Amino acid sequence: MNPKTMNKLALTTIKVITGLVVVILAFLLGRILLQGVPHISWRFLTTASQEFVAGGGIAYQLFNSFYLLVLTLLLSLPISLGAGIFLAEYAPKNWLTEVIRMAIEILSSLPSVVVGLFGFLLFVVQFKLGFSLIAGAIALTFFNLPLLTRNVEESLKSVSNLQREAGLALGLSKWTTVLKVIIPEAVPGIVTGVVLGAGRVFGEAAALIYTAGQSASVIDFTNWNPFDAASPLNWSRPAETLAVHIWKINSEGIMPDAAAVSAGTSAVLIIVVLLFNLSARYLGNRLHRKLTSADK
Amino acid sequence: MDPIKTKIQTRSKETRQEIWGQLLSYAAIILIVAVVCSIFMFVASKGLATFTKDHASLRDFLFTTDWSPTTMGKDGRPLVGALPMIAGSFGVTVLAVIFATPFALGTALYMTQLAGKHGQKLLQSVTELLVGIPSVVYGFIGLNVVVPFVREHFGGSGYGILSGAFVLFVMVLPTITSLTVDSLRAVPSHYQAASLALGATEWQTMYKVTLRAALPGILTAIVFGMARAFGEALAVQMVIGNATLMPHGLLTASSTLTSVLTMGIGNTVMGTVGNNALWSLALVLLLMSLLFNLVVKWIGRKGRI
Repeated sequence: MNPKTMNKLALTTIKVITGLVVVILAFLLGRILLQGVPHISWRFLTTASQEFVAGGGIAYQLFNSFYLLVLTLLLSLPISLGAGIFLAEYAPKNWLTEVIRMAIEILSSLPSVVVGLFGFLLFVVQFKLGFSLIAGAIALTFFNLPLLTRNVEESLKSVSNLQREAGLALGLSKWTTVLKVIIPEAVPGIVTGVVLGAGRVFGEAAALIYTAGQSASVIDFTNWNPFDAASPLNWSRPAETLAVHIWKINSEGIMPDAAAVSAGTSAVLIIVVLLFNLSARYLGNRLHRKLTSADK
Repeated sequence: MDPIKTKIQTRSKETRQEIWGQLLSYAAIILIVAVVCSIFMFVASKGLATFTKDHASLRDFLFTTDWSPTTMGKDGRPLVGALPMIAGSFGVTVLAVIFATPFALGTALYMTQLAGKHGQKLLQSVTELLVGIPSVVYGFIGLNVVVPFVREHFGGSGYGILSGAFVLFVMVLPTITSLTVDSLRAVPSHYQAASLALGATEWQTMYKVTLRAALPGILTAIVFGMARAFGEALAVQMVIGNATLMPHGLLTASSTLTSVLTMGIGNTVMGTVGNNALWSLALVLLLMSLLFNLVVKWIGRKGRI
């Protein structure tokens, strides 16, 4: 074939393929939102789920998802900050650091079921925590740590060395320099990573089925004592999240409106994840302006 | 004592801060490494118990097709033939990657070589959004769209490896695309300039220069895609039909390592042979993900000229 015709053919193929990918995404989003949004109502968001009759809502699942996310971030943020600081600032260049990096890479590529099963084995069974929010939060922390750590490390590394030298020249310790000079400068990157990770955590189900459990216990939204079993803040109660709820009704749900409930729940899940993705960059930039002397 | 002497001889506030800080960051990294080690230790000790405690044979596990761990075979060993699940996992993974790679390459080429600023931004957000959709939602869509589609156009019940591969195709597409984009961007632009200056067409330049220079990166992208497909649990479990039988084609109900795990762990009692056999499947998953990592490392070393 003439190279020119070949060229035209190939470029057209590439364009068609790209177009198809965009169409696939548009179809997916359209389908989820068009099917699900009509089912979202104030009542859907604020009533408890039903197992046998139609008309169940997702109030507990929605709250559990957010609470679990908060617990996960509380656990994983300090650890990944520490680990990220180590890798970016303190890690010597030797084989041990290579091994550590390799370990983090392996953790990030482990199937989330395996992480969930490990959480089940160690925390639910061995430490007798039972199916609980805290076991779920720990499993999600393991799942979230490698990405967050890498994100912190990269954000710290992208800060100019001049800033480090300036801090040290003022007589600050290296640690204080990192904490007070480098981290504020790196905040946009860190926050963007945290919020994107939050979206991933919010939609995760495989790691939660056997850690946070598959049942949403009844909670009483007027009782805010974290040590009371009926309190929303209690972290040793089993807690089904939105993502687990979708899985559960589709694999063993027997309520007559299972399809409608899962469509509505999927739409809520997607909307929240989209909001996380959209707000990630905006939040990062805003915080950067607040923490440093950068204008505008 | 002389205040100056004490000041010099004792640790300053800064030194103490520094020691504290280093301790904290070392503790965090040690914790992560300990988690990785204990995941391997726990899963391995549970997974090996099938062979050491319950006396199942490794050969049966890998090469036979009878999966009912609670019953004993003729030789007095539990029936733990995991070949159907292993075949199912490899089947969906390989098919999904075969479907996804041309799409990912095409999109990545368009993004890096042909698109303008706006096109690049649009496609960037397309891949980000595809990554962001949770896997249960993919499973739900698979159940409502892919399964009926396969039933109508290919026959069978609609549940099976083909449906699983279709769902995974969309899930690994953004992974492969974004990593391929990175490796295409890393090709120095003077390579392309030299090729174009020799009178090569755009396609000839892409095919003979850019894609070849980026090959190690593209292979890495494909392996990462395979790793994601292999480890994906719920989306596949929802559409594959969950029958622990040897798949007789792409359209019959079958199962994968992950799907059997998600269905089974809750229905077996800790420490029994049925439960241990499931942990052996988890161990296979773990070892496969380790293998994918090693392959990526190996490609990286080979690719660095």
